Amino acid sequence: MSWACINLPHLAMDGILRRRPTDEPLVLVDGPVNARTIVSVNETARAAGLYVGQRLSAAQALLSQFEVIPYDRESVDRWHTFLAAVAYRYSSEVSLLPHAIVLEVSKSMGLFGPWPRLESMLRADFTDLGFRHRMAAAPTAHAAHVLTMVSDGLAVLSTGALRNALQRVPIIKSDLPGHAKSALPNMGIRTLGQVLALPRDGLRRRFGAELLASLDRLTGDLPSGLGLYRPPDTFDLRIELLHEVENQSALIFPVRRMVDDLAAYLAGRDGGVQRFLLRLEHREGRFTDVPVGLLASERDGALLFEFARGRLEHVTLPEPVLAIRLIARDLPAFVPAGRDLFDERPANALPIEQLRERLRARLGDSAVYRLGSTQDPRPERAQREATQDEVPIEAHPRPTWLLRRPVPLRGGEPIILAGPERLETGWWDEGEVCRDYYVIETSLGQEAWAFCAPDEQTGWMIHGWFA
Amino acid sequence: MNAVVPLSALLDARQVWRGRALEVPSGDQPTGWRALDAVLPAGGWPEAALSEILLPVDGVGELRLVLPTLARLTQGQRNVVIVSPPYALCVAGWRQQGINMRRVEIVDAGEKDVLWATEQCLRSGSCAAVLAWPHHADDRALRRLQVAAVTGQALAFVFRDRSHLSNASPAALRLELEAPPRPQIWVRKCRGGAVPAQAIPLPRSVH
Repeated sequence: MSWACINLPHLAMDGILRRRPTDEPLVLVDGPVNARTIVSVNETARAAGLYVGQRLSAAQALLSQFEVIPYDRESVDRWHTFLAAVAYRYSSEVSLLPHAIVLEVSKSMGLFGPWPRLESMLRADFTDLGFRHRMAAAPTAHAAHVLTMVSDGLAVLSTGALRNALQRVPIIKSDLPGHAKSALPNMGIRTLGQVLALPRDGLRRRFGAELLASLDRLTGDLPSGLGLYRPPDTFDLRIELLHEVENQSALIFPVRRMVDDLAAYLAGRDGGVQRFLLRLEHREGRFTDVPVGLLASERDGALLFEFARGRLEHVTLPEPVLAIRLIARDLPAFVPAGRDLFDERPANALPIEQLRERLRARLGDSAVYRLGSTQDPRPERAQREATQDEVPIEAHPRPTWLLRRPVPLRGGEPIILAGPERLETGWWDEGEVCRDYYVIETSLGQEAWAFCAPDEQTGWMIHGWFA
Repeated sequence: MNAVVPLSALLDARQVWRGRALEVPSGDQPTGWRALDAVLPAGGWPEAALSEILLPVDGVGELRLVLPTLARLTQGQRNVVIVSPPYALCVAGWRQQGINMRRVEIVDAGEKDVLWATEQCLRSGSCAAVLAWPHHADDRALRRLQVAAVTGQALAFVFRDRSHLSNASPAALRLELEAPPRPQIWVRKCRGGAVPAQAIPLPRSVH
């Protein structure tokens, strides 16, 4: 077994910064209203002398202008599970630890390559999403977690090396139970190596079985006992905008971020999305829904964003937008388009499915279609939007253009080239026709498909062109 | 100078530039009409280029001109897109001409979007041929289509009224259809060759 741990020390701050990059000082605060304490600071605020654990009142004395956002536990949890979904792409065993994600990678390395390569892929994913992180690999999940607490980029791949690596880890950086963590350093035992060397009986008597169990989980003598993360079957992401937005162009940036998150989630799940909903929330619970539907399931972030933007551009905002929510429930399996090895198309060709989506996004859902034959002999009903072509080919001459409704023939007397072909049907469904069809040539030299009442050859109605 | 210099030495020393015949555009997109192929310089449609078909009135054989090509392409499982056709396609008639309707995409675009949709299809590289009926296409718009056809390696067919014949066009091939007394095709411009002086008769679809 080998486990990778991704420690996310700035989860709350990154969750805010990634949707609103700012250079202004910004702090997150938590605690009772009369004793607010800083729980996270950005770089500018840190440079100004603000630090985690400082009282808000003390910070205000140091710096006159900075932004204060209350720490939102729910949104932190949401980002945490979202990142687990991203990591799920690399391993089927993903678990959540406080402010960290651990995943089992010994099998993944067979697919993605040795640890350095896998590590750089994971780092690239998390950096792209805008989350600062520290990473380590170790034979047990808890050991990997402890190693990320001391430094970044450690990789311990054998059990023997693990003991050595744990020797010098300070107790206060470890994830031992709370009372032992505070009591042990007071007894002069400052590193994990010293604890591991102590007699187990004595430790049990003094601190209980809980400490021994957590030491055993650290060294791998006990299984980690972590619950495995399962990605949810629906994607639901909500972003509150920091001010009211009145024109669509200001929505583009947050929507792009959200769609990228959706794409990352889909990649982790090896699935696609067929339709999703952008819900623009206004004041007092009113909202505008912008549905985005696709012909086939897709998961490419740039592509999904292009369609979402196409739909968004057609929306007129009735009132300012306070928040955006992206809901995707229809998540079918993603089937990559197969391509022929000897395909003659240019290498950078856009697949026809994507072209259809692009056209649909601008021209409307019903603007792109294929036609197929039906069994009905009446020309008006002989074809419909379909892709099947099981019907045998018509034996009588048929034009290439069909007029949407027949028009009377004007001008001189036509020349009959072929006919008549009598169509007499439809008496059962109120669409009765009884016509003699001819191929005629008009005085302008056009070849037309025209009909008249049975046996009359006057009162020509043109129904199509042999163009 | 009496020295005899072998010709090959001159050529090897690159002191003599050898002229070449003008490059004849080669192509393997026959129109399916033998008489027309015989007079066109590429032996068919100019590849990856815009062809303009000018007609006096609808229904004089403009589709008949391209249907053999479309049949060949769709049966080879290549995609063909029809942008804003003036009438509904009659599926029975198209299938009689050998078209595989599963490979024919129809795009209903408004007047303003016809050129945009056509350009997108041409540029995508996934369409073998694109047919379009633009109402307001100026020289610049047609040039865009020509460039898009080159980018996407597609055949572009634009059907326009005969009145546009007097305007210059960037199309690689311009054909004019004439109906009475009998349907015939005039080649008005063809890149890479001389314009034939005679019209080519276009057979009727029904005999």
